[in-house]
Amino acid sequence: MSDELLALGDRLVAAGEAGEQVEVVLAQGTGTSVRAYRGEVEAFTSATSRALGVRVIVDSRQGFASAGSHDLDVAIDTLAEARDNASFAEVDPHVALADPDGRPGADIDPWSDAVARMTDAERIALAIGLEAKVLGGDARITGVRTASFGDGSSESAIVSSSGIRVAGRQSHAAMSVQAMAGSGDETSTGYAYDGGRDASAIDVDAIAAEAVERAVTMLGAAKPDSGKVAAVFEPRKTASLLGIVGGMLSGDRKLRGRTPFADRLDEVIASPLLTLIDDPTDSRSLSADSHDGEGLATRANTLIDRGRLATFLYDTVTARRAGTVSTSSAVRSARSTPGVGAQALIMHPGSGSLDDLVAGVDLGVFVYALQGLHSGVNAVSGDFSVGVEGRMIRQGQLAEPIREATIASTLPRLLLDISAVADDREWLTSGDAMCSMVIDGVSLGGS
Amino acid sequence: MNDETALLSDDLVQRTLGAALHTGGEFAEVFVEDKRSTSAMFDDGKVEELSSGRDRGAGIRVVVGETTGFAHTADLSETGLVAAAQAAAATAKGGGGGTRTIDLDRQSATRPNEVQVLPETIAKATKVELLGRADQAARDAGPAISQVMARYADSRRRFLVANSDGVLAGDDQVRTMFSVSCVASGDTGMQTGRETIGRTVGFELFDEYDVEELARTAANRALTKLAAVPAPSGEMPVVIGKGGGGVLFHEACGHGLEADLVGKNASVFADRVGEQVANRSVTIVDDGTMPTEWGAYAFDDEGRAGQRNTLIENGILTDYMWDLLRARRAGRASSGNGRRQGYQYLPMVRMTNTYLGNGTDDPDDIIASTERGVFVAQLGGGQVNTATGDFVFGMTEAYLIENGEITAPLREGNLIGNGPEVLTLIDALGNDFAMGSPGTCGKDGQGVPVGDGTPTLRVAKLTVGGTAA
Repeated sequence: MSDELLALGDRLVAAGEAGEQVEVVLAQGTGTSVRAYRGEVEAFTSATSRALGVRVIVDSRQGFASAGSHDLDVAIDTLAEARDNASFAEVDPHVALADPDGRPGADIDPWSDAVARMTDAERIALAIGLEAKVLGGDARITGVRTASFGDGSSESAIVSSSGIRVAGRQSHAAMSVQAMAGSGDETSTGYAYDGGRDASAIDVDAIAAEAVERAVTMLGAAKPDSGKVAAVFEPRKTASLLGIVGGMLSGDRKLRGRTPFADRLDEVIASPLLTLIDDPTDSRSLSADSHDGEGLATRANTLIDRGRLATFLYDTVTARRAGTVSTSSAVRSARSTPGVGAQALIMHPGSGSLDDLVAGVDLGVFVYALQGLHSGVNAVSGDFSVGVEGRMIRQGQLAEPIREATIASTLPRLLLDISAVADDREWLTSGDAMCSMVIDGVSLGGS
Repeated sequence: MNDETALLSDDLVQRTLGAALHTGGEFAEVFVEDKRSTSAMFDDGKVEELSSGRDRGAGIRVVVGETTGFAHTADLSETGLVAAAQAAAATAKGGGGGTRTIDLDRQSATRPNEVQVLPETIAKATKVELLGRADQAARDAGPAISQVMARYADSRRRFLVANSDGVLAGDDQVRTMFSVSCVASGDTGMQTGRETIGRTVGFELFDEYDVEELARTAANRALTKLAAVPAPSGEMPVVIGKGGGGVLFHEACGHGLEADLVGKNASVFADRVGEQVANRSVTIVDDGTMPTEWGAYAFDDEGRAGQRNTLIENGILTDYMWDLLRARRAGRASSGNGRRQGYQYLPMVRMTNTYLGNGTDDPDDIIASTERGVFVAQLGGGQVNTATGDFVFGMTEAYLIENGEITAPLREGNLIGNGPEVLTLIDALGNDFAMGSPGTCGKDGQGVPVGDGTPTLRVAKLTVGGTAA
């Protein structure tokens, strides 16, 4: 199948006119999803998708067009549209396609044949089974908003007039559930999910147990008193936070002065406990990939080394602008031009367990859920303020549940205030690998 | 502009529906969409990119009992459509089966507004020229403006939807938007300011709005915040400026009034129709027919005409919002709120333009009568857990209120509250109603354009998520 994508890419690149650089990105995928409700299939979706993106550079002007089809006439139209768009962009001497750099891609095949072998009946049974496990998990569970299973596979290819010609494939499966617990008029919720290359990677019992435990524990939650506390983040919550930080270390943001870390290269920006690497070549990551969004072989980039800012990430255009080379950090879909971003953030483990971290906190919040990461975090100014659900920690013990509260600081402050990192590194469905951590001195906003 | 029928012939629609019903489905629907979009981005002092997108395809669903089967395809040939119909029918099998022919009845609805100038008829150079003007105006607002990003975008979405009830309807939805984001740099670091306009109109948008004025608003927002102090932390009165507060009600009660969430008991507003849920001055409406507003349409994505639905009237909960499936099960009509991001998605209950109507208070008096609190001039995005009612929303332009006066600008942050509680805590409502900025509402992975609006209002207490004591 990849051969077909490459062949269409070749054909479009060959249709480029003299003096044009042409890059074609093709993707296609199939997927299935099941939502269960009250022991029945609520919705069963069979999806097939195709995407095509064409970038044309002529006389240092760049244009882009995309379509949801691989039909040849549509593809030719899309090329013409990208060409037309290029004529309206301004001359930018840094605009260029990636040139092959001769480095081989890592030997990664993020693929499982099991996805194709799975039957719809098995998929349905998993979703219905997850719902049943949650409903039977505790007498206080009153319902399940959604219990779902989804899996699929996709292929992609990048072909360019500069000599890039790569293809890849990947498979995935994921399950999630939102449980509701009730007591009197009160309702609380607990969300859990898991994923992998295929369904066998998912621990259904563990998801069910976590959703039930979270929902039931949150019953009786109240608004806490405002004050300064320590915040304990589990690996998934650490990923939410450090994912934002990864975005702030893009060379594009540095060049344009849109990150508070712009002038901080080689300086200490975080606690010495924090080492953060972006490494899509690590096959344990679910976002492992041999090539980046421009078709260059991926590599490991150390972003933060024991607290010191070690590098920014670059794609081809950003690197040319900065007078450096690409770190193979182009991220994109076929429907967009490349941007710069982290692909697989991997944190170095610390020491001790999550329980040890909690035991070391005198007054704190154990974070179950964060709300409003998109509305209360500003990666330019560094302001950080998010809604939080979780439990208080008092004298090293988990205590009463809290809700309708906020935690606030600034992103530069949060990194410096990391006071402990556990040894419990978890490979997450996001493709990141993160540990639990404690951040001191955050403002808890309540009553 | 009524050429959406060209998307698929009536004959082919009927044969596709027939294939979808072949295994005994009780209800089948075919939705065909053709969407084209253009955008242009000006960044770092130059036109960086022009981009065009095109999507064309069909989504087919078949319903039996509580089960919906759904499949979509980009192949609009009869072979492609029938294959998708069979895939959708495979899961949703009924008792009957056999051949049914559907008589299609074309629906008509009044358009919220007529589009004057289709964006596709405007030269790309003209669109690009707007960006340069906005960039210059923002930079002229002050030397501290260090970065300007301006974006122009338009889209035209034509669709046809037909179902086994005989409904045949189509719409042609044009949207044009323009936004400017600025970064200001000073001794205290960097701050951002943003302003967006968007309407369900064509290029005549720019007869009504001056992009230079828009750019100055964005720039001044960033410049003002250079002097911002950390926001307070904890509960206090919050005054929300006109037009800025719609997202509050979108989150605080809008989502909780969506019949799909209510039906699963995943809403704090379930079983509360007829109850007093808010102060008597509060009337909240969801209106898909508001001319030119971002969430307006002639037809929803299930072929039901857009409607004006009163959700809360004088504080009493009057009704929820409904899509076709939830309405069928409840034995009533859809309220015209069945929407989908595109043909690749199942429709569900979504808001359109949601607003809180005028009260009688003078907005200046609302500020003057607030001893200490926060004034939010512009809200950012928000998020709600409908089952608990807890919601957050961001403040992107806010100030302290001290002794009845607006004083220091505040750094950004979230506010958090509980929907049903906040409705009862509105203790002042201004007479200066305005619609706010265009928004994109996300639910279960689908984004749709929505509008909102409010007059100036005060919530007696909300928790402000700042860092100052």
